[in-house]
Amino acid sequence: MDIQERVTHTPDFTPGNALQIPIYRVLQQDGSVIPGAVVPDLDEAQALKIYHAMVFTRVLDERMLAAQRQGRLSFYLQSTGEEATTVGFAAALDDADMIMAQYREQGALAYRGFTVEEFMNQLFGNDQDYGKGRQMPIHYGSRELHYMTISSPLATQIPQAAGYAYGQKLAGNKHCTVTVFGEGAASEGDFHGALNMAAVLKVPVIFLCRNNGYAISTPSSEQFAGDGIAPRAVGYGMQSIRVDGNDVLAVCKAMQEARKLAVEQNEPVLVEAMSYRLAAHSSSDDPSGYRNKAEEDKWRAKDPILRMKNWLLAQNWWDEAREKQLLEELRKQVLAAMKLAQQRPTVRLEDLITDVYDEPPALLRQQLESLKAHIRKYPAAYPKSAGGVDHG
Amino acid sequence: MAEMNLLQAINNALDIAMASNDKVICFGEDVGVFGGVFRATSHLQEKYGRARCFNTPLVEQGIIGFANGLAAQGSVPVAEIQFADYIFPAFDQIVNEAAKFRYRSGNLFDVAGLTIRTPYGGGIAGGLYHSQSPEAYFAHTPGLKIVVPRNPHQAKGLLLASIRDPNPVLFFEPKRIYRASVGEVPEEDYELPLGQAEVLKEGADITLLAWGAQMEQIEKAAELAEKEGISCEVIDLRSILPWDADTVAASVMKTGRLLISHEAPLTGGFAGEIAATIQERCFLYLESPISRVTGLDTPFPLVLEKEYLPDHLKLFEAIKQSVNF
Repeated sequence: MDIQERVTHTPDFTPGNALQIPIYRVLQQDGSVIPGAVVPDLDEAQALKIYHAMVFTRVLDERMLAAQRQGRLSFYLQSTGEEATTVGFAAALDDADMIMAQYREQGALAYRGFTVEEFMNQLFGNDQDYGKGRQMPIHYGSRELHYMTISSPLATQIPQAAGYAYGQKLAGNKHCTVTVFGEGAASEGDFHGALNMAAVLKVPVIFLCRNNGYAISTPSSEQFAGDGIAPRAVGYGMQSIRVDGNDVLAVCKAMQEARKLAVEQNEPVLVEAMSYRLAAHSSSDDPSGYRNKAEEDKWRAKDPILRMKNWLLAQNWWDEAREKQLLEELRKQVLAAMKLAQQRPTVRLEDLITDVYDEPPALLRQQLESLKAHIRKYPAAYPKSAGGVDHG
Repeated sequence: MAEMNLLQAINNALDIAMASNDKVICFGEDVGVFGGVFRATSHLQEKYGRARCFNTPLVEQGIIGFANGLAAQGSVPVAEIQFADYIFPAFDQIVNEAAKFRYRSGNLFDVAGLTIRTPYGGGIAGGLYHSQSPEAYFAHTPGLKIVVPRNPHQAKGLLLASIRDPNPVLFFEPKRIYRASVGEVPEEDYELPLGQAEVLKEGADITLLAWGAQMEQIEKAAELAEKEGISCEVIDLRSILPWDADTVAASVMKTGRLLISHEAPLTGGFAGEIAATIQERCFLYLESPISRVTGLDTPFPLVLEKEYLPDHLKLFEAIKQSVNF
């Protein structure tokens, strides 16, 4: 019925908690499937691929935080505890669907096949870094893997994802865009503008919110009133689902269904994955100042990787010997790649001025030439670039 | 050739851009059926369909965010911000996103196709929120191009070039002369170069530099000055970023004097950047201090806008002061 025709004659307010969305869960922590739960269609090969990416992400995060603590790396940002969400969503997509993530979704990149060398080249900003040493560690991107380069400002990727998906719809290529963001970023204006535009313009985009409880130190209880992020989509006239973000099967199934709505019906969808950021916000953060260990332990007991492992064991698709071997291999790979990446040459001085425009304008070329003249005069002060001033 | 006003020239440029490339998409507030509040997008939805010319919800940051994504996908979005005064909610999407898209990804991704059109400037009784000239805020942002046309012929050629330029372009349209500025415009497809100033009139005593609607005031002031025997060289900067310092410097080396004018406030205005560069390049050629004739350092007024604006009389006085220094 038309909005103008729905009339009442008593002053009835709709309560702020009128819409409470439940959490869709499939797996229990012991790896058993909850009776009656709807499970995704996953074969052994894909299940093992997902598990591999989750374990790789955990190993990478542990090793690189240690490297940061040793002073080898300026900065790092872990995704510990959220691997089921970040890998599970990617596993539900077509590999050519666009991903526009926030910064804690290395699991999705790992699933798509970003190599350990590619991770390391970005982290160390060496001559092989696609980003040419311009962004802080963890700002990955891959054109080949349809993974948009990460941008630090929060929520900017959300309206961009709506626009990207609109282009996909016009191209008629049956692909969608998935944008990922935290529950804190969902407070930004860009989030609201994006959801409204996507709903009005009917674009094939999936808004995936990782509700991990914290925006740096601010708990979600101080981020929003009401029933979290999922009901907001309904306000914009969009379908919405809340899912257990530590349950890889639930994440995967919810995303498979969301993708169908997006691609087959040009319907935007919101998925809110409930999880917990077990690690600090980043290597620059110390959570002991704002939360207690008991809370962390409660969530550590819900480890999403362990939950999936238990399920794999129950399927007879996995065993402890293979687990041990996988961990050893991955740790070796990460360490070896880190050593190589660290030894690689640094970026070219010329790349100070490239990619600002398609071609450097005259003024930028002049500025580079004066800089080179200055470095030639004081080479000792600029050890990174002094050697390369006169040869690319 | 056809006689067109500035709005018709812009509409014609959009029409040609959409006809020649089906990736060109026009959108913004009221841009669809209505054709925009100034009618710059008239009939485009009728001709090219709702998918390629449409209304958006009222959310500038959403419009430019959406445009950035669309451009990254390979489309050629031409987004309209209804008034330049309302571009600020989109500042982050322009300054932190569009301008840095290619740089931060090492050229893996770009928003090459993006053009943002927006009407700017005063003189229409628009008060503080329908009159501003915010070009200087954006001129401080590497990665953007900024273009301001002065008449219909320029508007069509510069807009077509902006849409096809492989960089994000901010295209400021002088709304005061949208209908008042009328001229002969080639009906065919043509482009005018970005980043190049144009010398409109050669002269010997002083260089007068401006852009957009302010060119009209500059030309009037030059006529007054000529009557007093002062020979003025008149230059339209056309592009604020990157700007054509070579043409301006060559002119100042000849005339020895420079006057720059814009409607925006003096402090932090783009005239300051030009003055700094030109004194550096032409120090020994200068016969008088570089003169800036601009709006006051206040919000844009309503009732007193005539007093606020740098009109031809203020320019004429400044020309005489500079010549008699």
